[in-house]
Amino acid sequence: MSDVDLSTELAYAKFENPIFTASGCASSGKELAQFFPLTELGAMVTKSIMLRPRSGRATPRMAETPSGMLNSIGLQGPGIDLFLEEDLPWLLNTGARAVVSIAGESVDEYGALSRRLRGVKGISAIEVNISCPNVENRGLVFACDQASARAVIETVRINIGGEYPIIAKLSPDVTDISLIAGEVINAGADGLALINTLLGMVIDSETLKPVLGGKTGGLSGPAIRPVAVRAIYQVHAKYPKIPILGMGGVTSGGDALQLIAAGASAVSVGTASFGDPLAPVRIKEELASLLEGHGFSRIRDAIGVAHV
Amino acid sequence: MVVDEGWSLVPINPRAEVTQARILSNRKVGAYHHIAFEAGEIGRYAKPGNFIAIAVGGDFSSMPLHRVFAIYRAKAEGIHASTIEIIVAAHGKGSEWLVKQSEGSQLRITGPLGTSFPLPAEPVNVAIVGGGYGSAPLFDLADHLKTRGCRVDAVIGASTSSKIFAPLDGKRTVNSVTVTTEDGSAGVQGRVTDVLDELIDRQRIDLIYSCGPMAMLKAIDEVAQRHQISHLISVEEAMACGIGICMTCVLPIKDSKGIVKMTRTCIEGPVIDSERVLWSKGIPEGTWGAP
Repeated sequence: MSDVDLSTELAYAKFENPIFTASGCASSGKELAQFFPLTELGAMVTKSIMLRPRSGRATPRMAETPSGMLNSIGLQGPGIDLFLEEDLPWLLNTGARAVVSIAGESVDEYGALSRRLRGVKGISAIEVNISCPNVENRGLVFACDQASARAVIETVRINIGGEYPIIAKLSPDVTDISLIAGEVINAGADGLALINTLLGMVIDSETLKPVLGGKTGGLSGPAIRPVAVRAIYQVHAKYPKIPILGMGGVTSGGDALQLIAAGASAVSVGTASFGDPLAPVRIKEELASLLEGHGFSRIRDAIGVAHV
Repeated sequence: MVVDEGWSLVPINPRAEVTQARILSNRKVGAYHHIAFEAGEIGRYAKPGNFIAIAVGGDFSSMPLHRVFAIYRAKAEGIHASTIEIIVAAHGKGSEWLVKQSEGSQLRITGPLGTSFPLPAEPVNVAIVGGGYGSAPLFDLADHLKTRGCRVDAVIGASTSSKIFAPLDGKRTVNSVTVTTEDGSAGVQGRVTDVLDELIDRQRIDLIYSCGPMAMLKAIDEVAQRHQISHLISVEEAMACGIGICMTCVLPIKDSKGIVKMTRTCIEGPVIDSERVLWSKGIPEGTWGAP
């Protein structure tokens, strides 16, 4: 292992290293804990949790695409009560850092979720997922509309107080992501998670019907990496002081370094874990030796270096 | 009827690990490929019913998702080595790539994954029923059942003879093999369920283990219910990860309290007691968290 200082921060939350899981790609940690100690991660970002239990969408929920995949899971999960009772205490007990991701169907639901999280010990930050594409009503994608995005983040800020940094997760499916970024920053977001999946569709060439049960799904994996790098670069150029948790098809240390050079302070690994459970740990090690090779003694000096 | 040997049906296989495996042999068997790997410790801890996940496409792969395969046979070799054998039906880009890999190729394999078949506490009469290459994990199971003094009768079905997977040593393990093909090219013309009623009566079958497509498992379960006998199934749902994090391979399954949940068949399956399964498509009404 190299001597590079990998410690980083997202607003006032400090992390030992910049490699996180991506929400929705690691459940609440139990499954990956079979393969490596979760304390190896900068943080576990838990699967976006909703107010009530949710079955998710019908199967098929997945279609592999060139260097990527579409998913239409539909936010399946146990709901906030069971999450706080079982999943979160289990995760915190491993000694891992937890970033809790939340998703709501209405502005009020985000408020209610925030009130449930207020005062919960051990959480490092809240990711506010306002950009899940797997919802019945596309109008629910708050991150596609400036006023809705602002309303959600304002509500979370008011209800959660100043306890944890709020990280707003944005969608790349907009004309100018920096406009949405500006809205959520003004509404009280401390940081941004860039990017969520892109909305896509696959049609079976034999049946001539959509492959996914939910018809459309979120595109992830290396195919979307250039979109992530572009979005992070654009937003960092406009708001250089706002920390970014970057994600989008990161499969190697070099990929992670691209996102960091574009302006990310930390990087989430998502789809890569599906085909390699050890991907987050491997990426962390690769990143450290790449940084060393570039002559960086600490990762902070590499953040946004592509802009200079 | 069956005993859970500590963890055969416990979610999240505690023995799972990632290893660089080496292909020992790869040969065509009828419509399938039989591939053997030297696979670290995976073969040492694999139990009948467990599966492995393979990363396909090599170093610069454009296929990010795991391909999963039921373990056909597993055995420990010496102190830190073991072998794993699988049966592959090439039907997509990933499996087409896999069957082209030659002896000595290195692949990243994760396993053993999933639940395994619980075994009966007493010597009973068992039927194993496999559809297509779904019969692959059942012969190793038969071996374990025979060791426990069980009588084992096998029913293997497929659309046509080339898709029947019934290896010679597997056939020797069991007391009888009945083959069914839909086109009549081998054995009895028809489906496995066409011969199952008679077999259950004739051999006084106490317990059925089955593996194959969902429609076949459902049809077998109707027979099992009619005869009021236990039925353990191994499902073959599409998986992206195989390790419980992608939420793709879900089926509506009852938990221990009878609540129907969309359940991950990679960590709470693939082996499931059929009593827990709702044989319906989509999200059944009343499912926990249904819209």
